Amino acid sequence: MQNNVKLTRRGFAAVFGAGCLSLAMPRMALALTVDDARALVGRTIDSVNSIINSGKSESAMLGDFEKLFARYADVPVIARSALGVAAKSASKAQLSAFTKSFQGYISRKYGRRFREFIGGRIEVTGAKPLKSYFEVVSVAYLQGDAPFDLRWHVSDKSGKDLFFNIIIEGVNMLASERAEIGALLDKRKGNLDQLIADLKTL
Amino acid sequence: MNVTIPLLSFDCTNFRFGRALLVTVLSVVVSGCANTNAPQGITDPNEAANRETHNFNLGLDRALVRPAAGAYGSVLPEPVKQGVSNFASNLDGPGDVANNLLQLRFGKAGHNTLRFAVNTIVGIGGLFDPATAIGLPEKPTDFGETLHVWGMPEGNYVELPFVGPSTSRDFVGIIVDVALNPVRLALPLPEANYATIAKVASALGDRDRYSETVDSILYDSADSYAQARLLYLQNRRFELGQTAGDDSFVDPYEDPYAE
Repeated sequence: MQNNVKLTRRGFAAVFGAGCLSLAMPRMALALTVDDARALVGRTIDSVNSIINSGKSESAMLGDFEKLFARYADVPVIARSALGVAAKSASKAQLSAFTKSFQGYISRKYGRRFREFIGGRIEVTGAKPLKSYFEVVSVAYLQGDAPFDLRWHVSDKSGKDLFFNIIIEGVNMLASERAEIGALLDKRKGNLDQLIADLKTL
Repeated sequence: MNVTIPLLSFDCTNFRFGRALLVTVLSVVVSGCANTNAPQGITDPNEAANRETHNFNLGLDRALVRPAAGAYGSVLPEPVKQGVSNFASNLDGPGDVANNLLQLRFGKAGHNTLRFAVNTIVGIGGLFDPATAIGLPEKPTDFGETLHVWGMPEGNYVELPFVGPSTSRDFVGIIVDVALNPVRLALPLPEANYATIAKVASALGDRDRYSETVDSILYDSADSYAQARLLYLQNRRFELGQTAGDDSFVDPYEDPYAE
């Protein structure tokens, strides 16, 4: 089967690549562990907490959220997943332009939500392997609200430890964004370039 | 599941369920017993009608609920709003306990009984919430969850006028919860109406409090119907503990890095 051959070839390249890396930098070649996943989310949460308690203006905070998102999240994979089937027919240039627009859009959207956490805190309570990635469980404590469940899915398949999904009380970002981006694209009759331009204003 | 049916009929008579309703409920239980799998995806065969209801609900929110909530939120001081919210949620206590018993979740039934007692007595009729402070946080439930515990599947997605997103199972749950609310049945008439007013006021308070989030879903999404549907189903399944199946999550790595 075509697919198997492809996988094997890529698998070989990955093993070979990892072997070379491990010779050069032994510690970098270790696979992602529960502790790594937990640490990544820990750093992300520390950054979120410091942004929301910085006392900066909304636009400054949203800028900080975008930097945080670009640093700790696997933005290309999230963008591609949100685009869904339309990603298959998109050109490389369109995909990278979309990823860039999407990064700003998602940072503003979720940054606004995280801003509501001002005065609250998020604590990591556990982490476990799930399928081919890790799930880090945290609890968000907001002022005057019942604590709620916030989960992070972390993977190292991009070559770095990055999160690619956030699940708030069962509601997951990838699924919501796939529905939203799909609807935005439908409204533009499938015109991806128009969507890329419009996302910058959303 | 088979074992629970005689127990259920016992509990049901204890809670003075009408005989007709009991028969209906039990037939639902029996017919629904086989299905305990976590639901996947979205079943929405009446989407066109649901979308019409959604537009009606949006109009209602824009014209009435949102402005009323804004007024309620800005006029009343925070402690008063908190008191109303506490009072309204405390009224759900007896109903929660009844549902916990029907679900055969006796630990939760005990928890909610104790919580109701503490907040009613120490919290002055439920205006304050000392129970949460002593480690008895709110553990709300409903008859929709009871039906789920009995094995009834989620059914079709439905958007209800005035209520919003639901499923056919949860719609039955709402009817039973409203019709058989122990507090309403126990209270004499004027008091029962005050309870209803408190619930409405508390709902307005919530609409105002989560205004930014609610507005972003209802008015900023490209397809607010689809977003509300997705959010409701995912959150409801999470509440019912139906997200255990790992496959309920998208794995974006299954494809994206392939050429």
